[in-house]
Amino acid sequence: MKIHEYQAKQLFAQAQVPVPKGVVVRTPEEAAAAFTTLGGPVAVVKSQIHAGGRGKGTFQEHPEQRGVVLVKSAEEAKQNAARMLGNTLVTKQTGPEGKKVNTLLVEQGLDIARELYMGIVVDREFAGPVLMMSTEGGMEIEEVAAHSPEKILKEPVDIDYGLFGYQARNLAFKLGMEGDQIKNADIFLRKVCKFFLESDASMVEVNPLVVTKQGQILALDGKVAFDDNALFRHDNLKPLRDLTEENPFEVEAGDAGLSFVKLEGNIGCLVNGAGLAMSTMDLIKLHGGLPANFLDVGGGAKVDQVTKAFQIILSDKNVKAVLVNIFGGIMKCDTIVEALLGAYEKVGFNVPLVVRLEGTNVELAREMLAKSGRPIISATDLTDAAKKVVASLKA
Amino acid sequence: MSILVNRDTRVICQGITGKTGLFHSQKCREYGTQMVGGVTPGKGGTSIDGFPVFNTVEEAVAKTGANATMIFVPPPGAGDAILEAEAAGIPVIIAITEGTPVLDMVRVYRRMAHSKSRLIGPNCPGVITPGECKIGIMPGYIHKPGSIGLMSRSGTLTYEAVWQLSSLGLGQSTCVGLGGDPIVGTSFIDCLRMFQEDPKTEAILMMGEIGGNAEERAAAYIKEHVTKPVAAFIAGRTAPPGKRMGHAGAIISGGAGTATEKVAALEAAGVVVAESPADMGTAMQRAIAAKRR
Repeated sequence: MKIHEYQAKQLFAQAQVPVPKGVVVRTPEEAAAAFTTLGGPVAVVKSQIHAGGRGKGTFQEHPEQRGVVLVKSAEEAKQNAARMLGNTLVTKQTGPEGKKVNTLLVEQGLDIARELYMGIVVDREFAGPVLMMSTEGGMEIEEVAAHSPEKILKEPVDIDYGLFGYQARNLAFKLGMEGDQIKNADIFLRKVCKFFLESDASMVEVNPLVVTKQGQILALDGKVAFDDNALFRHDNLKPLRDLTEENPFEVEAGDAGLSFVKLEGNIGCLVNGAGLAMSTMDLIKLHGGLPANFLDVGGGAKVDQVTKAFQIILSDKNVKAVLVNIFGGIMKCDTIVEALLGAYEKVGFNVPLVVRLEGTNVELAREMLAKSGRPIISATDLTDAAKKVVASLKA
Repeated sequence: MSILVNRDTRVICQGITGKTGLFHSQKCREYGTQMVGGVTPGKGGTSIDGFPVFNTVEEAVAKTGANATMIFVPPPGAGDAILEAEAAGIPVIIAITEGTPVLDMVRVYRRMAHSKSRLIGPNCPGVITPGECKIGIMPGYIHKPGSIGLMSRSGTLTYEAVWQLSSLGLGQSTCVGLGGDPIVGTSFIDCLRMFQEDPKTEAILMMGEIGGNAEERAAAYIKEHVTKPVAAFIAGRTAPPGKRMGHAGAIISGGAGTATEKVAALEAAGVVVAESPADMGTAMQRAIAAKRR
């Protein structure tokens, strides 16, 4: 689960991780008032969406307007906010459709001496959380990793203790800090690691982390995601989810216990198991088609879940054919067919449907299909299924 | 011979009184596995469908001589269940549970690193030595005894591969589901080592997927240490970057963990890589034929 920058910073502040002073606003008037409250000569107005690249991003409605701007008066804050709120911000991470801005964060301006990078993720190689830092603040870490991996410093975070003092000092000295900066970095890094562990985060990224001319260390940005599997023990975090930031079909699927990812193609897929679902997408592509989605109905899906899955697939207007690929283990093939026939009744199929079944109760399932009298194209194996579904588009 | 489990393996199920735990315990017993009981705290002393139930793993081991466990405990308690099995000295711990918090697994992994026990999973279909012992949720009948060692990060894709192998007349020594989570107890390398040492295993088929670098590391290991023929398939060639494909582990981030990189690394190590998931069985045949030449 991803959250907004302003939410991340509120959590940081609660965890005693230093952040700039800021006010969350939802109207231009509030933006003006926030400028006055902050009381500085400048402030920064920041669009709140779940995507990076906001500073360089522009609005569909106002192509000159950037997603993050420096303002010098309350009036300027208000005018910028008016062009941002309710409008659609397009950055290189949002895709061309962009994301609607409903909330702004107005923050104090800072005397920035240096911009650094800080990130924490669970690293498979270390089999635990790792704190990464680099002098290349503002740059995407992936780019740094590709071009100059030696600039990324790493320290494993102890799952029970957190970051040790010596690790924080090692990083601070290697990053060229001095004087008060060392002490401040030590506090910042240890607190932010503690926050990661205590909140079951899956990612915390502060880019840039800034060193001010006064030697303070602050999180100028904050990108945080939590482990969905651990949310059951964090009731305080659940309300932070912003459903407007997510694909509505993915949300609907998630609520039904299905794993769904929308893609660009026109062949809808319904598969059991993530590995087989990915392989089915690969196979479609190999035979000249393009998958419209990734959909894993899981190991033990029930009839109503499978019906829901068909509804989600068929509600995508791009879908011109559907491929069902089931290898029954826990999931019995007859369950799928029962749902399939139910969906036929309920949703109505107006596109060709190719079905490939194998595994538990396959004989019974095939018999049910044959008896149903529905125009379902059955396939004998994977390749046959892929060929038939691609061919059905051309027919 | 085989790896991890065989006809002498005595298995308990942690979470046996749950619906799924019981169902699969019954299925494993039907397959011929020596299912000797189960554990559900608070239900010790009772029995369910002929399986004696114990309060703790320690007690179950003492009373039944179990040397393997199959874990169906729901996610909030799954990490703890693994630690309990390890503390009771069970040599083979197979965790089927899907959705364990990652940080719980970090803690578990650290314990397992210094343990004599081996953890398979979590979020895996289990382990089967065909004709001898099935521990997990895979459909038993698709398997056939033989000499191919199979290992995979995925569930149903494994069944697909097994089906293809069996249809081609290639039986399996042992099939191991490693699990789809970012942190799992047993890696491809651990499994490769066991298969290489197992006299019954003559060739190895591995199914990997996008994300992480487990396949790249496996490739490096194969180049150095594995003399048996190896074939592979990597799922997710068409998956877009940054999107998680069902498995928490299957995500391409920052260009790392792509299928292209993994295929290249494996081919460089002499592994025959199937281009299509329909060709996993035939890729294995080609790898065996290439080694014989």
